Amino acid sequence: MINFVIRRIGIAIPTLLILIAISFFLMHAAPGGPFNSERGVPPEVLANLNAKYGLDKPLIVQLWNYIWDIVTKFDFGPSMIFKTRTVNDIIAQGFPVTFTYGIWSFLVAVVVGVSLGVAAAVNHNSWLDYLAVGVSIGAQVLPNFVLAPILVLVFTLGLHWLPGGGWNGGQWPYPVMPVIALSTSFMASIARITRSSMLEVLHSNFIRTARAKGLPANTVIWKHAFKPSLLPVISYLAPAFVGMITGSVVVDVYFSTGGMGQMFVNSATSRDYSTMMGITILYGVLTIVFNMLADILYAWIDPKIRL
Amino acid sequence: MAIADQKMQDFSERLTTVNEIKGRSLWQDAFRRFFKNKAAFASLIVLAAVVLFTFIGPYFAVWSNEEIDWSVLGQVPTKGIPSFETGHFFGTDDLGRDLYSRVIQGTQVSLLVGIIGAGIAVLVGTFYGAVAGYFGGRVDSAMMRTVDILLAIPYMFILILLLMVFGRSVLMLFVGIGLVSWLGMARIVRGQTLSIKNKEFVEAALVTGVHPFTIIFRHIVPNLLGVVAVYATLLVPEMILTESFISFLGLGVQEPNTSWGALISQGASTIQYGTLWQLAFPLFFFVISLFSFYFIGDGLRDALDPKDR
Amino acid sequence: MSLLKVRNLFVDFSTPDGTVHAVTDVSFDISKGETLAIVGESGSGKSQIVFAAMGLLADNGRARGEVLFEERNLLSLSPSDLNKVRANDIAMIFQDPMTSLNPYMRVSEQMTEVLVLHKGMSKSAAYTESLRMLDAVKIPDARSVIRRYPHECSGGMRQRIMIAMSLLCHPKLLIADEPTTALDVTVQAQIMHLLNEIQKEFGTAIILITHDLAVVAGSCENTLVLYGGRVLEYGRTVDLFKSPAQPYTKGLLSALPRLDTDGEQLHTIPGNPPNMMLDVRGCPFEPRCPYRRPECAETMPDLVRFQDDRLRACHVAFEDLQ
Repeated sequence: MINFVIRRIGIAIPTLLILIAISFFLMHAAPGGPFNSERGVPPEVLANLNAKYGLDKPLIVQLWNYIWDIVTKFDFGPSMIFKTRTVNDIIAQGFPVTFTYGIWSFLVAVVVGVSLGVAAAVNHNSWLDYLAVGVSIGAQVLPNFVLAPILVLVFTLGLHWLPGGGWNGGQWPYPVMPVIALSTSFMASIARITRSSMLEVLHSNFIRTARAKGLPANTVIWKHAFKPSLLPVISYLAPAFVGMITGSVVVDVYFSTGGMGQMFVNSATSRDYSTMMGITILYGVLTIVFNMLADILYAWIDPKIRL
Repeated sequence: MAIADQKMQDFSERLTTVNEIKGRSLWQDAFRRFFKNKAAFASLIVLAAVVLFTFIGPYFAVWSNEEIDWSVLGQVPTKGIPSFETGHFFGTDDLGRDLYSRVIQGTQVSLLVGIIGAGIAVLVGTFYGAVAGYFGGRVDSAMMRTVDILLAIPYMFILILLLMVFGRSVLMLFVGIGLVSWLGMARIVRGQTLSIKNKEFVEAALVTGVHPFTIIFRHIVPNLLGVVAVYATLLVPEMILTESFISFLGLGVQEPNTSWGALISQGASTIQYGTLWQLAFPLFFFVISLFSFYFIGDGLRDALDPKDR
Repeated sequence: MSLLKVRNLFVDFSTPDGTVHAVTDVSFDISKGETLAIVGESGSGKSQIVFAAMGLLADNGRARGEVLFEERNLLSLSPSDLNKVRANDIAMIFQDPMTSLNPYMRVSEQMTEVLVLHKGMSKSAAYTESLRMLDAVKIPDARSVIRRYPHECSGGMRQRIMIAMSLLCHPKLLIADEPTTALDVTVQAQIMHLLNEIQKEFGTAIILITHDLAVVAGSCENTLVLYGGRVLEYGRTVDLFKSPAQPYTKGLLSALPRLDTDGEQLHTIPGNPPNMMLDVRGCPFEPRCPYRRPECAETMPDLVRFQDDRLRACHVAFEDLQ
């Protein structure tokens, strides 16, 4: 197990460095320096600014300093637009929002998706099964940027049940629509994966053995079939996590929650490269860590992977 | 994309067994099965209709996509509704531009992005995967490790960063999407190549001293066509989704250019004023096209899938 | 007294392409401690007979007729009543030991749950009993094996584990569905030997399903020959080997390699197994039968008793086959 974790970390670190390098060089490939856009800045002020931010040093040194600050101090440096705020400030403000409804969405997607998938597989060819299949096909072409406006149309403009945006400190019912908008497509995918893997497992020989042993249907499903049918779901969790991070950008923007996604898009439109980079790298770290956790979880469930 | 990957992996595993059994009639058989699949066949017709619409549609347009109809400006919710009299078949957008022409333009751009993205995936991914799979060993592990690392990067953010730095143009979108689209394809192709390269005909070519790259192009790539075709069909909607996502955030194609994502975004931002058609028309084309691509992909996969035979 | 009586069993599967008649009008008996072999080619419906009896048919399968176990019809039992019979009274061993054990559970968990469920044992008592049973099936180093996952055991060992698991509740009937097919020849012999010993020790009746007549010869008192889902011959194994009463049985026997005839070519039965989708009026073996007559294609011969303890279904006179 320890070897396995070490090996996974061995992949994670270069991934992270490459991510940082890519974003760093992209930023510096931008036409003109970060402060050139401010017209009328006297050259000596510009030089001072560049010196302050270490921009007068060779690129490779800058990269090194940048990585060093992140690794040792978790410091993403100053924002290039807001003179008084650092990237850390911006992240500290937006992250809790996205994190809160992100966790909820993730839980909803996994719990509802797995339950729906199991129920559909166990009642194969019943109305429940058809419903689950229908929902998962529908959700495939209804990404959250399509779902979000439809939700607002129905629940805010039509029924007046839920607020059409805002966060309000995460109070009920503000997070409801962000959670639904973010989780639905992943819930549907998880339901579909669970359903098909559960069906496959239920038709396998060892389930026949379990039934021949006289075990009640519930024991067969939960004790014998559930764990193996969860494996494909676990492989899907890592891409789902990336998808959710990406999707949260739309949710943040559309529902104006003030989360990280909104910060990211704002920094993109105002060309605040350092904030963009900071957010990208933070999400990269989260993705890589989550990938690793999912791999370890998989190895833990599947005894055939011995570490 | 993950689901497609998973489906593809199962599929390609099964596909390697069929090549031996069915041999030459595989493709004829597949065509027959594909056309028997009602959902896939209907999707093909729908998609053909959408494509045809983007070519023929402009001849019926009364307004161009850039003209602003000053007579409706400011009164879009009442005067900009879809109507044959005004010549705005799909109504107008918030700026008084003809939505009919805009939708045609957006459909062209989105389809093009999808097809070019998938095309790059086919070219780069097939070559990369076939080379990695064929040479195996250290070359393979180095090449695939690189793919693993690139796949672990949240590419949407990098893509947006790329667009910000190099400017938002349709060309940049192609480049950006093409940069990531081939990764999944490379993995699938590599897996498939691994099983093909142990077949007798490859060994026969090998012992007669055929150059490795000739073997890859003559013997391996043709046998990958099934997998590649199916995966490419499933990739097109993924690419369209990616582009639409970026355009929805207002970071993709730039005015006066437009795409489904941009149109949906504009439509979505004005629903509270009752101009539902601004959302409905682009959404309609978006949904039916994506549905069609998925059904065609599924149909192709089932048609080439030996499991049900 | 018969332990298990099968009467007029039919098994049908509904598929998109039509109904498959997997088993047609099969009847047989098995008494306490007896060994019955059900012999047939793959697809002859031999496994489906016992799957139907145990309620293990696929979702699209339907069984009609009667399967009386100690005078109770298993086909009409409620699921919970059937669960009490399974493993407790009738246990099963499956063809493929590689896939028939749950790969995600340790051997110990898979064995103890049977005893906890049916005998109400505590986990530790069940563990001790499982260990004893693994010893009984001659698994070396049972103490370490019981803690393993199935994939950490060899094929032969897994089949022994399956056998040990099936014997935990001391069932009255053990159904072995091609228990040796997936194993190496040497291991096959060991497993058959083990089954014979078990029978002597526990007095368990055994139904052995196989396509290999060689396996039958040494170990089974009675043999049921199945073809196209129908019984073609049923009787004592010794008689059947000495004087096969059905052209198909004859064909099967001549396809066996023999040591006493030197240099002779091995016989095969030409043709293919029947398409079970078609409603065949006549004898299913007719297209491949060297003895066939016009009436064979028209009517299915009845299964009739022609000697003590011997039944056969054939239009050709018994004497003509000798």
